[in-house]
Amino acid sequence: MGTSVTIARPPAPAAIRMRRLVSLALVHGVLIGGAVFMLLPFVFMLTSAIKPPGEIFEATFRLWPRQFFGWQNFEAALSTAPLLRFLLNGLIVCGGILVVQLLVAIPCAYALAKLRFPGRPILFSLVLLGLCIPVQAPSLPLYIAFAELGILNTYLSMMMPFFLSVFAIFLFRQFFKSYPDEIIQAARLDGVGEFEIVWRIVVPSAWPAIAAFSIFSVVAHWNDLYWPLIVISDTKLATPPLGMMYFADSELGSNYGALAAGATIITAPLVIAFLIARRHFIAGITMTGIK
Amino acid sequence: MAGLTLRGIHKAFGDTSVLNNIDLDIADGEFLTLVGPSGCGKSTLLRIIAGLESQDRGSVSIGGSSVDHLRPHERRIAMVFQNYALYPHMSVFDNIALPLTMTRLNLFERLPLLRHLSSRRRRVMGEIAREVRAVAEQLRIETFFHRRPGQLSGGQRQRVALGRAMVRHPQAFLMDEPLSNLDAKLRVHMRGELTELHARLGVTMIYVTHDQIEAMTMSDRIAVMDHGDILQLGTPADVYERPATTAVAQFIGSPAINLFPAHVGPSGQVELLGRTLPIHVHNAPTPELTVGVRPEAMRIGGGPCVVTCRFRRRENLGSESILHFDLVASPEVAVLCRVDNNMPIPDGEVTLAFKPRDCHVFDHNGRRIEIESRMAASRGVRRASEVR
Repeated sequence: MGTSVTIARPPAPAAIRMRRLVSLALVHGVLIGGAVFMLLPFVFMLTSAIKPPGEIFEATFRLWPRQFFGWQNFEAALSTAPLLRFLLNGLIVCGGILVVQLLVAIPCAYALAKLRFPGRPILFSLVLLGLCIPVQAPSLPLYIAFAELGILNTYLSMMMPFFLSVFAIFLFRQFFKSYPDEIIQAARLDGVGEFEIVWRIVVPSAWPAIAAFSIFSVVAHWNDLYWPLIVISDTKLATPPLGMMYFADSELGSNYGALAAGATIITAPLVIAFLIARRHFIAGITMTGIK
Repeated sequence: MAGLTLRGIHKAFGDTSVLNNIDLDIADGEFLTLVGPSGCGKSTLLRIIAGLESQDRGSVSIGGSSVDHLRPHERRIAMVFQNYALYPHMSVFDNIALPLTMTRLNLFERLPLLRHLSSRRRRVMGEIAREVRAVAEQLRIETFFHRRPGQLSGGQRQRVALGRAMVRHPQAFLMDEPLSNLDAKLRVHMRGELTELHARLGVTMIYVTHDQIEAMTMSDRIAVMDHGDILQLGTPADVYERPATTAVAQFIGSPAINLFPAHVGPSGQVELLGRTLPIHVHNAPTPELTVGVRPEAMRIGGGPCVVTCRFRRRENLGSESILHFDLVASPEVAVLCRVDNNMPIPDGEVTLAFKPRDCHVFDHNGRRIEIESRMAASRGVRRASEVR
């Protein structure tokens, strides 16, 4: 051959398939590794909850116990600690916080996203600034204020610091920003007032964002130990993590099986709620662009 | 129903002025179109009339009384938006009924759950349902009352948006490019429906579009806008046959008008590319002129008014063709000519002839200059719809 032209030959189909398989295995390997790492404590909790005390700290880890001890552990947890009371407290506190947060944050977010008024950029910067302040920072002045008001050791003291959520304002503002202006203008022409525009026109389209925020909020306050620990001293008002802490110290101290059973009971509502709202949650997160 | 008056409307966004002292009178029952390229201020003007945007200066009156202090719904006008702006979570029925429930029910009767306690609500809702049904029958949308806007086609959504506007019996309809999101065939159909609707309701309509065909075919009068000014206000025939500026001449009419550089000769005659045309102008501020001739007024042939061109290509439109030429004297000037399909295609250089009365003469600022041509008076009135 006089002149030979070399053309980059496409790789053989088998090689392509091989490469794809390897990359898939690699990606999934990493993901599975991460998932296992995060799930392991849960698995340990669940298996401990059904093991007799002697088996929990055995050198070899078994997923299923030789002797099923679940009934006894759950019974011990429920009879020693007022778990149902803790769950109810958790429900009251989280529900109360969430309702007020939504009632306050949604109109604020609408105003920041869609109304034109002087000072709006400054207010929005303040919201962003608020995102940067950790809850621990204002806890001392809040504690003193609540003590002065005489509302320590009440449901209200557990909920009040969280009524105004800058995160919610920010999240809903981003969501409302993408809501078509024409629909709001059409509503104004139809005689719908601004408050009704928020609740009747805009909010029904914002369910994914509301579901996403609700999960964030409920998870954060259900699991919060810090603030209830500061303002609550009465066991009857304890939220689930605080209650578990009290009983881990005293009555259930050495009964790890029962402790694990109690922990299972207080985490279950959250996991179930998340599984139910999962689709909305993911849709809401992707829509608002916060990942 | 009422006429509208705009006086000295001025609007600026930051440093850019969008509307400059707009004066406009719209008669009761008139169909007026605001037409112009995008960014010319036509939509802003419509929003100011609706009260969705506030003007910096000037005033808006509806039916003889000023509405500047009134909020949008108090002005009793309805608006139809380009993307329909239907409430996505409500059924078609609820979408159309909303303006009525807002005015006829009090806050308590609109609250969720609690509203069922009101007996008055039930009676009023019965009346509203009857009215909504009547409007829906006119628009033939009663068959999908219970569907959501997301389940409807573009044309159906547009009808629902019209229904929501009609049910309030507004003093005037404002339409902001309502047909732009429809496909070409449906657009032609809806054009006809809107014209019939206007004839049937006899209500004042202000229609914003960037499509000159819509403007020409539907309106009683057209206001051609550019850069925040009304360049010309007149009937479609007026605007087409006597464009006030080169911008209007270029915007109205499709394909666009041919514009040639020209100048005034010593005796006031117009000289075009070395030829003296049998047209006189007397009041040109400077010798530089622009002569415009519409493609449909040009034909291949000779005579006193001709330009020499070189053939480039032909566009076949089915019933007729558009021939593209370059001017021989200055090849960067394109010349269009609209001919029958059975015309033989020319080859090489040809002369394109036109009648003196078909010339539009503009001064160096692009403003129209009246020409003296004895034949002008006998000019027949043509509508662009027929020409196209």
